Amino acid sequence: MTEGVSDKTTYNNKSRVGRREPSSRFRRWQFVRDFMIAVRYTLASTISVLVIVGWLCTVVAAPVLVPGDPTSQDLDARLSAPSISHPFGTDQLGRDVLTRVLYGGRTSIPLGIGVVTVAAVLGTLIGSVAGYMGGAIDEVLMRIADAVLSFPSIVLAMALAAALGPGLSHSMVAIVFVWWPRYSRLMRGMVLSVKQKEFVVGARAVGASEKRIIMYHIWPNAFPPVLINATLDIGRGIMMGAWLGFLGLGAVPPTPEWGSMVASGAKVFQQWWVSTFPSLAILSIVLSLNILGDTIRDLNDPRTRTLRGMRTRE
Amino acid sequence: MTLQVYIARRVLLLLPTLFGITLITFVVSHAMPVDPVVAFIGDKAAGNPEIVQAFREKWGLDKSLPQQYLAYVRNLLRGDLGVSLRSQRAVLESIKDHFPATIELATASALISGVLGISLGIVAAIWRDSFLDQILRVFSLFGTSTPVFWLALTAITIFYGKLGWAPPPGRLDVLLTAPAGPSGSYILDSLLHRDFAVFIDAVKHLLLPSIVLASYALGLITRVTRSAVLDAMDEDYVRTARAKGLTERAVVYIHVLRNALIPVITVVGLVYGGLMEGAVLTETIFSWPGMGRYAYQAASDLDFPAIMGVTLAISVIYVITNLIVDILYGFIDPRIRVT
Repeated sequence: MTEGVSDKTTYNNKSRVGRREPSSRFRRWQFVRDFMIAVRYTLASTISVLVIVGWLCTVVAAPVLVPGDPTSQDLDARLSAPSISHPFGTDQLGRDVLTRVLYGGRTSIPLGIGVVTVAAVLGTLIGSVAGYMGGAIDEVLMRIADAVLSFPSIVLAMALAAALGPGLSHSMVAIVFVWWPRYSRLMRGMVLSVKQKEFVVGARAVGASEKRIIMYHIWPNAFPPVLINATLDIGRGIMMGAWLGFLGLGAVPPTPEWGSMVASGAKVFQQWWVSTFPSLAILSIVLSLNILGDTIRDLNDPRTRTLRGMRTRE
Repeated sequence: MTLQVYIARRVLLLLPTLFGITLITFVVSHAMPVDPVVAFIGDKAAGNPEIVQAFREKWGLDKSLPQQYLAYVRNLLRGDLGVSLRSQRAVLESIKDHFPATIELATASALISGVLGISLGIVAAIWRDSFLDQILRVFSLFGTSTPVFWLALTAITIFYGKLGWAPPPGRLDVLLTAPAGPSGSYILDSLLHRDFAVFIDAVKHLLLPSIVLASYALGLITRVTRSAVLDAMDEDYVRTARAKGLTERAVVYIHVLRNALIPVITVVGLVYGGLMEGAVLTETIFSWPGMGRYAYQAASDLDFPAIMGVTLAISVIYVITNLIVDILYGFIDPRIRVT
């Protein structure tokens, strides 16, 4: 189908099949635009973005924003209820819970972002190699990925973290090990489909080098979906880190970390504030990320996408 | 392709996966930075050269890595998952004891989250983009975004501690004796023995943990149902049904739901495997004597043979659940069998 026809008949579903491939530069900006639309799409997604931005500011500027030291103890004021001087109360060692929750974000949020980034980079590389090379290499890499995927992730991460010993970096290694296959599968699928597109065949026909084809034609077109998925997974990364922390396999005390804070608060559950506020912190950021992710997913799926506030693509 | 061939193919595809699983557990247990002898038999026994020698021979530690892997698989096939450092019991025996409790909990949660999630998903799809849809979106995502461990703690404090509606954590009241039954599920066994006091008590104990665990899966099921129903509503046969003058109610019940439920059933099945994850935390807090709690105890005691054994056992259950889902899928939708 020619370019002119497909431009004029956007209302016709069938004509989209043969439309011209958008250039990679155009594609990249498409996702930014989609994101902005998602932000404004519903009240819930707008609030979510505000919460996420708020947490990111806290992560960056906690020492400036928050007075006090998250590890300073005041044994006279142990387990005191929320008051004006301690809005979230204090824990068993008289440490201010508000300060610890805010500083805890500096551990938990970078942990979530970190594991997802490393897992996505690793998964993308492995997936690209598998998709591009094909054959036996593809077969072997994907069978390994399948085997890792067939473990319930928390259980495998728990076994790994236990084997390596408790510690923040070890729990990160454990989560990355469990997570890379999901990205490599996605990336492999994308590479396989992009590889056959006309513009790759065209580039090869005009004599572009393999390196150039991979760098400038395949990668920019295959990567965005992986990027989106990874961004949406940050909430799960934070949750997974908190789970391991709760099980005592994450950050080592006295580092403030949400999961381990809930675990120590669970021992004094009558003093509800010790465990409730770190849990609400986890809830606030994970829920926000999930709502935003769900909205973006909705908008990206042409079948569930609605017309309100959203033009159909092209 | 006939159904028999389809099932046979699925079962055969299980073999490479199982091979991969054993390979990974093997690698994990060999990649740790501590001496495997000490990790597997404990400090005390490691001081005794005879025990060390016997252990080395049994697991082939003095041989090459591929031979060690073969020894590992050979022991697995004999049902030998090692001996727990803490309890000195065979890991396989402990897993057998804990298995029915987890299955009971996961089944109850899958039922609750399945029924509730499918209903909410249908409602959200029918009134899509309404205010109700937005509320349901936030509500269903709430469950997946709330830390399960905190939800469990709060539920115990409120429903057992404050209101006294729920029994204390555990599977059964201390004054009652567990039914000696064939299945290990207290609910099924007490019904078989017509012991209704035990049955009612077991249900009461099961209710709170299964609701907490269900909240974790609810979000996923609701979202998948919603998009499946929306997909089905887009189909030509729905337009045809509307065009021939069926009421909206008839269109939804007869044409949309039957087609939408195919992907939904798959997800409920997959979630069943995923509930194994949530079970680790839920069981720990509710003192539910299942595999999740066993895994947690093993991990916190650094009881290495137990950790590796339970990891292997849970992932095998996970894989088998997926297999059953695949087979069910073939039953429901004949088109699947072709690919």
